[in-house]
Amino acid sequence: MTARDIVLGRIRAALADVPDDESPADVPVPRDYLRSHAGPDVVALFAERVADYQARVVRTEASGAPAEIARMLTERGVTDLVVPPGFPEELLPAGPWNRLDDHGPLGVAELDAADGVLSTAAVAIAVTGTIVLDAGPGQGRRALTLLPDYHLCVVRADQIVGDVPEALALLDPVRPLTFVSGPSATSDIELDRVEGVHGPRTLDVLVVDRDQPQEVG
Amino acid sequence: MRIALFITCFNDTLYPGTGRAVVRLLERLGHTVEFPQAQTCCGQMHFNTGYRPEALPLVRGFTEAFAGYDAVVTPSASCAGMVRDNHAVVAEQYGDGELRRAVAGITPRVYELTELLVDVLGVTDVGAFFPHRVTYHPTCHSLRMIRLGDRPLRLLREVRGIDLVELPRADSCCGFGGTFALKNADTSTAMLADKMRGVLDTGAEVLCSADNSCLMHIGGGLSRLRTGVRTLHLAEILAATEGDPR
Amino acid sequence: MSSRPAAPHNVVWLDAPSFPEAARKALADTGLRRNLGRATATIRDKRLAVTGELADWEQLRQAGAALKRRTLRHLDGYLVQLEEAVTRAGGTVHWAADAAEANRIVAGLVRATGSTEVVKVKSMATQEIGLNEALAAEGIDAFETDLAELIVQLGDDRPSHILVPAIHRNRAEIREIFVREMGRRGRPAPEGLSDDPRALAEAARLHLREKFLRARVAVSGANFAVAATGTVGVVESEGNGRMCLTLPQTLITVMGIEKVLPDFADLEVFLQLLPRSSTGERMNPYTSMWTGVTGGDGPQEFHLVLLDNGRTATLRDTVGRQALACIRCSACLNVCPVYERTGGHAYGSVYPGPIGAVLTPQLVGVEHAASLPFASTLCGACYEACPVRIDIPQVLAHLRAEVVEAKRRGSAVPSAEALAMRTAGAVLGSPGRLALAQRAAALGGRLLGRGGTVGALPGPLRRWSGARDTPAPPAESFRSWWKRTREGGPEKEDGHDCP
Ligand code: SF4
Repeated sequence: MTARDIVLGRIRAALADVPDDESPADVPVPRDYLRSHAGPDVVALFAERVADYQARVVRTEASGAPAEIARMLTERGVTDLVVPPGFPEELLPAGPWNRLDDHGPLGVAELDAADGVLSTAAVAIAVTGTIVLDAGPGQGRRALTLLPDYHLCVVRADQIVGDVPEALALLDPVRPLTFVSGPSATSDIELDRVEGVHGPRTLDVLVVDRDQPQEVG
Repeated sequence: MRIALFITCFNDTLYPGTGRAVVRLLERLGHTVEFPQAQTCCGQMHFNTGYRPEALPLVRGFTEAFAGYDAVVTPSASCAGMVRDNHAVVAEQYGDGELRRAVAGITPRVYELTELLVDVLGVTDVGAFFPHRVTYHPTCHSLRMIRLGDRPLRLLREVRGIDLVELPRADSCCGFGGTFALKNADTSTAMLADKMRGVLDTGAEVLCSADNSCLMHIGGGLSRLRTGVRTLHLAEILAATEGDPR
Repeated sequence: MSSRPAAPHNVVWLDAPSFPEAARKALADTGLRRNLGRATATIRDKRLAVTGELADWEQLRQAGAALKRRTLRHLDGYLVQLEEAVTRAGGTVHWAADAAEANRIVAGLVRATGSTEVVKVKSMATQEIGLNEALAAEGIDAFETDLAELIVQLGDDRPSHILVPAIHRNRAEIREIFVREMGRRGRPAPEGLSDDPRALAEAARLHLREKFLRARVAVSGANFAVAATGTVGVVESEGNGRMCLTLPQTLITVMGIEKVLPDFADLEVFLQLLPRSSTGERMNPYTSMWTGVTGGDGPQEFHLVLLDNGRTATLRDTVGRQALACIRCSACLNVCPVYERTGGHAYGSVYPGPIGAVLTPQLVGVEHAASLPFASTLCGACYEACPVRIDIPQVLAHLRAEVVEAKRRGSAVPSAEALAMRTAGAVLGSPGRLALAQRAAALGGRLLGRGGTVGALPGPLRRWSGARDTPAPPAESFRSWWKRTREGGPEKEDGHDCP
């Protein structure tokens, strides 16, 4: 008998009280919880909740995004900047940074030595202040947004949903997913929260709104 | 309404004054109280210590003693909880169909004193007078097992002359836990010390609660330390009047 | 066929004394009590604040409990489904009936890679099976990378909390351990390290960085695995999890069989319940999810080890089974008045606190952890806090009965306690005998007591009377008062006994 047979056999024996004709759907699961705890302004809520984690949040209109990114990179003193494949070129500002593309691919030492990474996100969650990465365009493989000590994540306002259930419904579980809520942190010392351990110690989030049409007359 | 008093073996033996207070209080409110002589014990100690077969005759005895009453009232939150939550467990595990039916029939009619007063009789002002500084300890079973909520406090707030003060970390266990106090005496004593500190911080003259068992534990510690703080069951405060102070 | 692992097992520490004895020692450590008191108070307040934000918290708990019930009642089907999905996605699934088998599987997988070291993400399952020790015996170094686990590992200590294993250590002790031990296992602590938590976190970052960057194999646990999709998830804070789950070539995940969930969408419940109950945050900093192997991203070899090790024995008990719903949030520990005073080591188990008191005896058999079901006042704070509504007091009372039964079976002579219970049962079984006993007690009280109270009590009751006075039984029980005043003729007012 294989271990598989043994374990499955034990489970079936242990569940002797479950009627043979019971199916999983026969065990009721009440789903009367809310789909979202967010109010109407999910973008403002998202900004507020991300900031609660000691991350910086900046809002800008699309046309102002490259300048905003340039300003943040400069402020954080970034020179070697990882830019994942598929990052929208129109958002990328000119500047004194040395752009690292993952064509090689980049080795762990190079990523570790980089000053920062500039990425997009797949979805963002307002109530929990979470950005979700799914290794899609502009995000790249997981190591790119992990090893550099600074992460600047660009989120389009229309990517922000209210709450966790709405976000999960938009995600594809087959892709590697990383939910990021603030910079890395630990509460392991006297349950006192300290930001900044192994993951990026600094997280900036740039929320990009669509340009407002110019009002006429 | 035929109200039967379930005094509990513990109060019967050690705190008969609480039982007399319940009788006096309910009679003052115009109700008739009966005391079925066949009653003894709900079986809580046996059940909670793991002696379930020994609890079976006590569960049976309870259903027999209280059959036929409209309401059974008890001045003990933990015994009320035992009857409501665990008699069915004992009946299911060791009893027969008849006992299971008897238990199911009786448990919905078992009330802890403040439930009977507030929910069934609809009173919060029972006309009591108690001119002392009092703090209330919500016992774990009153809080989380039978969920008395703020019923005791609503009753206490209506007592004339009372100076009711809030107990810090009130919802934290006092460390009694029945045989826990013997089996884990050191832990129990450590919990007791914190609870007593809370009581002393209030400056109260009287500590009251809905269970004499926890009060015996806390009061025993307060007495050993000669703090001068009295412990009193809630019923005795509610029974006190200007003409008949306690 | 017994599905409990044969001793020796690693769930309980073999040299552990009974709970009351271990608790006595822990209670004498005032520093420990201060550390624990402060830490648990902080986390309790944070949890209440973030759970209070959700108006439907109770509905979420109901849904979480129901999903776990559904999963456990159909566990075999879900595990087979999970196995298929993981395999389809390029992973390999292994089954382990007990700790020894799981350790053998993991050691074999590591050896096959040629590596002699692994980095580890905090995992209760690998603690439970004693994986680090088993790997060490095979010449493989296992490096814990969670900060608290690192503190425990470097301090050659035992975990005392399921979420924050080093909760019993304060910052000064942690600094000392880092300064003394880091150099022996890799990069030493920075010169002049202070005990500021920031500096300590930085020291851990530097110490572990080189290990992450060179690691070829990682071992993790799992917070959940989705049967329908094969998606496995780890919930963490520091980023050490992401490092381990992303950088090495090979990832080995050891997961208790009860961690499976039906569907990906079910995570919407648990990703709300877990962080808020656990660290008291709306969301933990990082949650990683992966499905098998993704070309060009992360480990290219993925092994999932499904562990029984006593879980099927627990499943067999229709009352005790609910303990398998546990999502290891640790809320029950943080609200437990016993845990708050004694700390985790007193439980003598990898799983301390209220959940440990119900899980440990079931995993190893009640006879191996007989004092744990009694390590509670049944105050119910755990049940109220538990995000999946495990009725821990109910299971404790149930296991107490099992302990008593096991003792009865094991000995022809009843224990002193059993005799006392039997006597009490006989007295309480009849109103007449009770009345007689009350008269005897009143007499005894008059002999022992002074001024209405009794000081020292005899026999085992000394443990009670050491710290408390006891009221002397009054001269007249309630039932004799009733008989005298209500049934024996005209009504007389009561004979006072109130102080
Ligand atoms: S038993 Fe409940 S409260 Fe305790 S750790 Fe498990 S899930 Fe959390």
